[in-house]
Amino acid sequence: SVNPDLASERRTASFSVEKLTSRLDGGTEQTRIRRAVVEAIESDPIFSRENQYFQSQNERYEAAVRKAVHLQRKMHEMRWTENGPELKYIYRALSGDVAFLLHRVFMRCISLLGSDKQIAKWIPPASQYQLIGSYAQTELGHGTYLQGLETTAVFDITTQEFILNTPKISAMKWWPGDMGRSATHTVVFAQLYIHGQCYGVHPFILQIRSLQDHSLCPGITAGDIGPKMNFEHVDNGYLMLQNVRVPRENMLNKFCEVQPDGTYIKQGSQKINYFTMTTVRISLISDEVILPLMKACTIAIRYSAVRRQSKLKPGEQEAKILDYQTQQEKLLPQLAAAYAFHFINKYLQELLDRGYREIQTKNFDNLPELHAFSSGFKAMATQYCTSAVEICLRACGGHGYSLLSGLPSLYTKILASCIYEGENTILLLQTARFLIKCFSAASAGQPIPPSVIYLSAVKAGKCPAKNKLDFLNPDIYTEAYQHAAVRLVRSTAAKLQDLIQSGVKKHEAWNQCTVQLAQAAKAHCHYITVKNFVETVEKLDTEAGIQKIMKHLCDLFALHGIFSNAGVFLHDGYISGAQMDMVTASYLDLLAVIRKDAVPLVDAFDFTDKSLNSALGSYDGQVYQRLYEWAQKSPTNTQTNPAYERYLKPLLHNTLSKL
Amino acid sequence: AAAMAMNADLRRERAAATFQPELLTHILDGGAERTRRRKEIEALVFNDPDFQHEDLNFLSRSQRYEQAIRKSSLMVMKLREYGIADPEEIFWFKSFVHRGRPEPLDLHLGMFLPTLLTQATPEQQDRFFMPAWNLEIIGTYAQTEMGHGTHLRGLETTATYDPATQEFILNSPTVTSIKWWPGGLGKTSNHAIVLAQLYTQGQCKGLHAFIVPIRQLGTHEPLPGITVGDIGPKFGYDEMDNGYLKMDNFRIPRENMLMKYAQVEPDGTYVKPLSDKLTYGTMVFIRSLIVGDSAQSLSRACTIAIRYSAVRHQSELKPGEPEPQILDYQTQQYKLFPLLATAYAFQFVGAYIKNTYRRISGDISDGDLSELPELHALTAGLKAFTSWTANAGIEECRMACGGHGYSRCSGIPDIYVTFTPSCTYEGENTVMMLQTARFLVKSYTQVSSGQRVTGIVSYLNELPRQRIQPQQVAARSVTVRISDPASLVEAYKARAAWLVEAAAKNLQAELNHRRSKEDAWNRTSVDLVRASEAHCHYVVVKLFTAKLSEITDAAVRAVLTELCLLYALYGISKNTGDFLQAGILTDAQITQVNQRVKELLAIIRPNAVALVDSFDFHDAHLGSVLGRYDGNVYENMFEWAKKSPLNKTEVHESFHKHLKPLQAKL
Repeated sequence: SVNPDLASERRTASFSVEKLTSRLDGGTEQTRIRRAVVEAIESDPIFSRENQYFQSQNERYEAAVRKAVHLQRKMHEMRWTENGPELKYIYRALSGDVAFLLHRVFMRCISLLGSDKQIAKWIPPASQYQLIGSYAQTELGHGTYLQGLETTAVFDITTQEFILNTPKISAMKWWPGDMGRSATHTVVFAQLYIHGQCYGVHPFILQIRSLQDHSLCPGITAGDIGPKMNFEHVDNGYLMLQNVRVPRENMLNKFCEVQPDGTYIKQGSQKINYFTMTTVRISLISDEVILPLMKACTIAIRYSAVRRQSKLKPGEQEAKILDYQTQQEKLLPQLAAAYAFHFINKYLQELLDRGYREIQTKNFDNLPELHAFSSGFKAMATQYCTSAVEICLRACGGHGYSLLSGLPSLYTKILASCIYEGENTILLLQTARFLIKCFSAASAGQPIPPSVIYLSAVKAGKCPAKNKLDFLNPDIYTEAYQHAAVRLVRSTAAKLQDLIQSGVKKHEAWNQCTVQLAQAAKAHCHYITVKNFVETVEKLDTEAGIQKIMKHLCDLFALHGIFSNAGVFLHDGYISGAQMDMVTASYLDLLAVIRKDAVPLVDAFDFTDKSLNSALGSYDGQVYQRLYEWAQKSPTNTQTNPAYERYLKPLLHNTLSKL
Repeated sequence: AAAMAMNADLRRERAAATFQPELLTHILDGGAERTRRRKEIEALVFNDPDFQHEDLNFLSRSQRYEQAIRKSSLMVMKLREYGIADPEEIFWFKSFVHRGRPEPLDLHLGMFLPTLLTQATPEQQDRFFMPAWNLEIIGTYAQTEMGHGTHLRGLETTATYDPATQEFILNSPTVTSIKWWPGGLGKTSNHAIVLAQLYTQGQCKGLHAFIVPIRQLGTHEPLPGITVGDIGPKFGYDEMDNGYLKMDNFRIPRENMLMKYAQVEPDGTYVKPLSDKLTYGTMVFIRSLIVGDSAQSLSRACTIAIRYSAVRHQSELKPGEPEPQILDYQTQQYKLFPLLATAYAFQFVGAYIKNTYRRISGDISDGDLSELPELHALTAGLKAFTSWTANAGIEECRMACGGHGYSRCSGIPDIYVTFTPSCTYEGENTVMMLQTARFLVKSYTQVSSGQRVTGIVSYLNELPRQRIQPQQVAARSVTVRISDPASLVEAYKARAAWLVEAAAKNLQAELNHRRSKEDAWNRTSVDLVRASEAHCHYVVVKLFTAKLSEITDAAVRAVLTELCLLYALYGISKNTGDFLQAGILTDAQITQVNQRVKELLAIIRPNAVALVDSFDFHDAHLGSVLGRYDGNVYENMFEWAKKSPLNKTEVHESFHKHLKPLQAKL
């Protein structure tokens, strides 16, 4: 039965939860497909995650391999295909807890960067799992800064082969998933040398393990990189190469090619090599960043409606902790952020699809904008959502610290997203470089991409709000965000200019401004996210109360950002001190309003209990019972205590008193 | 790995320092003699083969628990063998043995024994203390329940007195009343001090402490009526058997209630304790330990991140030149140096609280409790302020180490998961902040009614009265000189006063809307927490600044002054909204502050490695491949990884079980 404290929350919903769910899915048909996939996966015991918190690294890895293998059977049985609408829901339903995810990156990389001939050669056996691929880019010594990679591929004209080498310890490939124990092949990124000349980083297909007995191929040293904060199920690996030879045809050559005589031919932009990263960067935001935040919000908000602590009024029952203003102030802005990022992600997805189509026709015009977009939003979304998940974790007090709450695993997993696929600070600086470039172009009267056209619109003046209700007007706060972004970009551009004019070298000036540049990039992304939220709300149906509650969340997201970055908005007096008090008042009022719909708003994310895998977040709210029962299944309780016979017993039986 | 030469980058960094790190170490330890003694104890532990073991990252939870128990038993014996009895020295010894991690006897040594000493009658001490001292009795302290933590009055466990048999009947009447979380309860302890609501003569007399045997001496099996076990895996604390305890009509003799203060007579008559403020003393003490722990944990994380940033080279700053150390990037300095400054600030705050506690604990045992309320309010807030800041800071340090920070070999994940529960235990941080706020509002109310307040809140006396709107505070002009720490203390003071006043006024406004006191408090609590934070921030800046004048060595004072300035100015740049809105600083000054912060980063840069060396963490204590003193990071990462459990066999068994059949089938 449902805990009455949760049941009462659901009775008073101001909107239709089911309608919001299908809106989030993108239509009722999508909801139906998603639920069918989730049902099929979760009813299959092989995919169960119930014991994962009790398992060792070895057990987690083995389970993930087993699931990946079983998934092939399941897909066949369910008639799901690689191109079907079910695919994205399958990985979601598995919560990513499955092996061979890098195998997919391996295939995507070949499809994007390989010639038709290469695709025909490698993709069919890969999709049949006759070989298992990985993607070896990062090295011990280098990550985001790709030009610094040290692995070498020297072309040997006499044998028409590339000779791959790891010249020093920092050049060892380090981190690639599926490589430590599983992969038979990998795409390896290496500096290409022809006739002693370096042509930069290129991808090569390389076999690392025998297809017969899985032993390492000659010249290959590979293994697992050891325990991490999470991803115990993935065998992130290392790889060392000693004079490993691959045929000339193994360099992925859709965009650049080495001819038999050693002539190097480039076709199209070199940047295209990075397009794989751009796509991965955007595709990870949905499953690896937004979903975990939605889950964390679901767990923390349901638990806060069930946990009662201390009294708000003397003589009354203890209050739900969700009724405390401080608890609302922790959780509800994170809930609003989950929605904000969900909507911006849809927008990004559309941009990416368009970009992909253009690139297929070798049109690279929009690549810089797409790259800047994907970098900045990847950085902003991962950073924001990571800290949001941590806030949810800490808002659950002691019980949040138990793995059984589900929150520690969500946190340790999401925080990896701040690093992989590009370190966030560096990504923000890439976006900043784009913004500064566009700003200068605009100042010189040149055309700039639509997403940054606002940088050229000179608007001075002050925020026109007169009372706290004015701050619930999207025009008012969107303008404020725009103003702040323009001011930060403009002042940083001016600072750069000043430094350069005073004789400071360009790169040195850049380094001296990087703190400000990163801040400007964040302000830009924040502005775009707010603006997109506003535009999304405007387009929503007015029926079923959805637009109204989304408007509240949009207001909250925007005002929370102003409240928490007050200095940015106060700095040039655009918002006055008195107006900042209005912002605070409106912001705090909104908490109380959204509080009423908090549980329905997380219910709309429509996570099953199995996918949450949390004692605190289950739909029925039977938190304590579940915690107690689950704990008893812990190996520490089901197995005998080895420390007792060996150490405790001698201790208790008086060996010490002799001292 | 064989001993390797020191990494050239680190050697260069150390040679370029402008001060002697040992001198700063002495200041942190409280004198050269304390440093010598600490290192002596460090050597005792780290040179002792009994305390060596495989890297804990490669062990299962059960193995880690076992190692911890093994080391704890040895530790107890060796402490006595060496005659180490000073509490601080015991603390060091324990911290080195367990490398800063918790261990299953923590609650026995840290709570069970001290509680017996302070709350047991002489007869009870005769019965329990020596057996507990000799570890025939291993105890824990069972307070927290599944349903209640910080809010102690809500605890539900009952102890009902039965005069017929002169026993207490202990019960866990609901699921939520099950004791949950106490360390050492799950598998280790055979006794527990249980906090329960006392019922006698049909009346509830509130929470009291009882000594409850839970496992059979000899067999270690749970006693009839007792259900006990481990609460399962957690974020960290792998070596600790945090446990649950459920009691069903479990009877203990009347003499098992700790009766030094409150008593139940044989007929059931209840005798009240003299003062309930006494328990404040213990809380203040434990919270002061957390402030110290915040400082230590953040210092460890900074040591790792800064040394690694001096070793790692990446990308290019100048075209054509070799890749620079990542510590040369402004953004990296901006991430790490303010945290380094914070670590120093918290070191000094921790020392200050410890000394203050030591100073007044004499008064407390003499019955003079006059200074307790202020110290209690201050430690509540500072516990929250420092643990929140350190918690976030440790994560930033880890993030600043990029991908390798995510590997367990960096050591930072362990520091984080071990430290983060301190935001919750010994008083949930938001609740702590609100306790401090209560004291601040009370002081403010006193000032408004014409009384003067003393001590650390005396700045509230300076608030001009009869102001109607908070904005008018902006009229106050504080002349802030941004390169003068004393002047920055004034700026922080003005900010705290402004936020305390704003919160107090908002609270009054809610009350004027005829809301109940509790409701008004709740509706103002976000403001109140902000006020508390600003107050604590002011205290930290003030204490750091005060410390500077005590330092005699000019070179050390210079570098600490730079750190102090960075701490204060960075705090302003992160909270510009407050300083602008309160009219304490102008737009132009904020721009100067931001500029000055960046200048200070460059000034501190040459001393960064020496400043973390001064924390003087032994490599074994630090437990980090990235933070090694010799800087040989990459070679040792590879050595470390080769020992990983997944590498135990060349071809993993999953290949034969799953992969091969798959390839055959498709």
